[in-house]
Amino acid sequence: MYRSHVLVCGGTGCTSSGSAKIREKLQEEIDKNGLHDEVQVVKTGCFGLCALGPVMIVYPEGSFYSMVKEEDIPEIVEEHLLKGRIVTRLLYKETVTDNGIKSLNETNFYKKQHRVALRNCGVINPENIDEYIGTDGYQALGKVLTEMTPEQVIQTILDSGLRGRGGGGFPTGMKWKLARNIVPDADQKYVCCNADEGDPGAFMDRSVLEGDPHVVLEAMAIAGYAIGANQGYIYVRAEYPIAIKRLEIAIKQAREYGLLGKNIFDTGFDFDIELRLGAGAFVCGEETALMTSIEGNRGEPRPRPPFPAEKGLYGKPTILNNVETYANVPRIILNGAEWFASMGTEKSKGTKVFALGGKINNTGLVEVPMGTTLREVVEEIGGGIPNGKKFKAAQTGGPSGGCIPSQHFDIPIDYDNLIAIGSMMGSGGLIVMDEDNCMVDIAKFFLEFTVDESCGKCTPCRVGTKRLLEILDKITKGNGTLEDIDKMEELCYYIKANSLCGLGQTAPNPVLSTLKFFRDEYIAHVVDKKCPAGVCKHLLSFEIDPTKCKGCTACARVCPGGAIEGTVKNPHVINKDKCLKCGACIEKCKFGAIVKK
Amino acid sequence: MKSLEELKAIREKMKGQVDIREEGSDATRVVVGMATCGIAAGARPVLTAFSNAVQERDLKNVAVVQTGCIGLCQYEPIVEVYKADGEKTTYVKVKPEMVDEIIDQHIVKGNVVTKYTIDAAKLG
Repeated sequence: MYRSHVLVCGGTGCTSSGSAKIREKLQEEIDKNGLHDEVQVVKTGCFGLCALGPVMIVYPEGSFYSMVKEEDIPEIVEEHLLKGRIVTRLLYKETVTDNGIKSLNETNFYKKQHRVALRNCGVINPENIDEYIGTDGYQALGKVLTEMTPEQVIQTILDSGLRGRGGGGFPTGMKWKLARNIVPDADQKYVCCNADEGDPGAFMDRSVLEGDPHVVLEAMAIAGYAIGANQGYIYVRAEYPIAIKRLEIAIKQAREYGLLGKNIFDTGFDFDIELRLGAGAFVCGEETALMTSIEGNRGEPRPRPPFPAEKGLYGKPTILNNVETYANVPRIILNGAEWFASMGTEKSKGTKVFALGGKINNTGLVEVPMGTTLREVVEEIGGGIPNGKKFKAAQTGGPSGGCIPSQHFDIPIDYDNLIAIGSMMGSGGLIVMDEDNCMVDIAKFFLEFTVDESCGKCTPCRVGTKRLLEILDKITKGNGTLEDIDKMEELCYYIKANSLCGLGQTAPNPVLSTLKFFRDEYIAHVVDKKCPAGVCKHLLSFEIDPTKCKGCTACARVCPGGAIEGTVKNPHVINKDKCLKCGACIEKCKFGAIVKK
Repeated sequence: MKSLEELKAIREKMKGQVDIREEGSDATRVVVGMATCGIAAGARPVLTAFSNAVQERDLKNVAVVQTGCIGLCQYEPIVEVYKADGEKTTYVKVKPEMVDEIIDQHIVKGNVVTKYTIDAAKLG
């Protein structure tokens, strides 16, 4: 037995900032000091505070070390682990106060969070099934198989009010009920998991899979029992190597323990799961395209109805839920529908995980009850915007969603409120933008993404998004007209109404919502030929103020285009024909003589 | 695995170990002096004995932690027990053999094991 556990984050964020080396060094120092029987090093999933990685936490004290460097390890081991003296200077600064060290749970980042789906992330070793079982893992599966009928399971999920976390927000229990009843004599049914998380900046599902893979397996088995299926597929993108590896380990361990396979808990219920890797197409996150891809065909959507609950994978009744949706299921079974329904707002129950990114101090992963305001998420949990800049908008729902401007900063976040203001919950990516972001440029960025990812099957999406992007490009280059803005808006509604699948139906949302809230910025680009945020290069010009220029030649030397002319100790001039508008000269100038207009 | 009992057995075995990662503010804290003086006097086996005993019994809200020099080096190994209400008991010259008694009598039942405390040592 170990007296102390050192939990080192092994999520993708911390792995890329070097946590694997930290772990090796830690074990090496622990062995050197003869502590290997007393102190256990555990590789866990994501803690959430990715901006401060690599992070580790030492229990039982709960000391949270952030931005750990390899050379700090000997000191942490000798001082803290051997002698019990916490190395205060290496702790996460927010936990260090005048009155001693406070718990991580009391810091602004964690205080308002409520972890249900992320319950085990950063707490257990995801590659050890025993640790999952130690935190009540597979108890819910045992309970449904021995104490509940499939109808009772479905009723519990219905009563809990759980809605799909992938973006659409369809009631999960309803999906299960349809799949159970719609084809009464089906010889085969399937349970699928959508882990094809593709929104730029979103990494909620990856973190659940990396930090707690068994929760997804357990929930899928429960779903299998509820709808009468014995085979599951997890469709996970190949770009998530750590998640895939941990899922493979988890499936193997669950099979060895008989928690997957034949005759689970001796109840006669069979259920097994296989992985299918996606090859990087965004459209495969759409349910019909995803199932077509599992079947081995090119990932293209098909019209609905028939819905998957009736004719899904291989033409059989199928349910498809998102990773985060599944991560809530075992807790609902164990704690009851009322417990889950007690959290959140009237029509959106439970919690939601968000991946915070963009202009925000605490980049990372947070889970808050539905109905938490955007202000709380950005200012309190996210630690506000760097460099004292002003909040302009937040983008939710990625390329399918829209922006939430500052006048809606106090909106309680739930499915219906976001749709009411023209955005959507999406899978949970939340990108924060400040006054330096150009909203036309943001809309263009997302359109570039959808144009790339449109599968090409239907014309409104294939051609429509391309034309939209061309108009946006024209506007950002200063060649747009007011009629272009009207035409663009009309085209948006046409694409929404006529596209085959969710990708095309939602692709115009970034344009529509920025037009709704930031039309003045579009007009500035078109009428004044100016980009108010100073982002669109074609509308900028760089000039040197001759009264401030000392003729130090620093700018001329750094200019990659050779556009700056002048002699030593005399004011320099920028040749606008040669200027690439890269801004390198501004960074170099010590006298603030170069201005962007 | 073919039964819920087997699952439960693994859970019970692991629970004591995973619970160390939970923080409770109302916890009883067992603080073992682990400075050079403490280690030299044999505090390490005492620390492990406390840690194992707590986990074996799956005691809730008990944290076994270390601290530096308490200042009474001749009485090491020193163990301080802080109850949730802030009441502090100081045990001195603790040996691993005493650990079970301190846990069962003091931590579980709330009866201070007076004979091992600093007051007893000073009187004696």
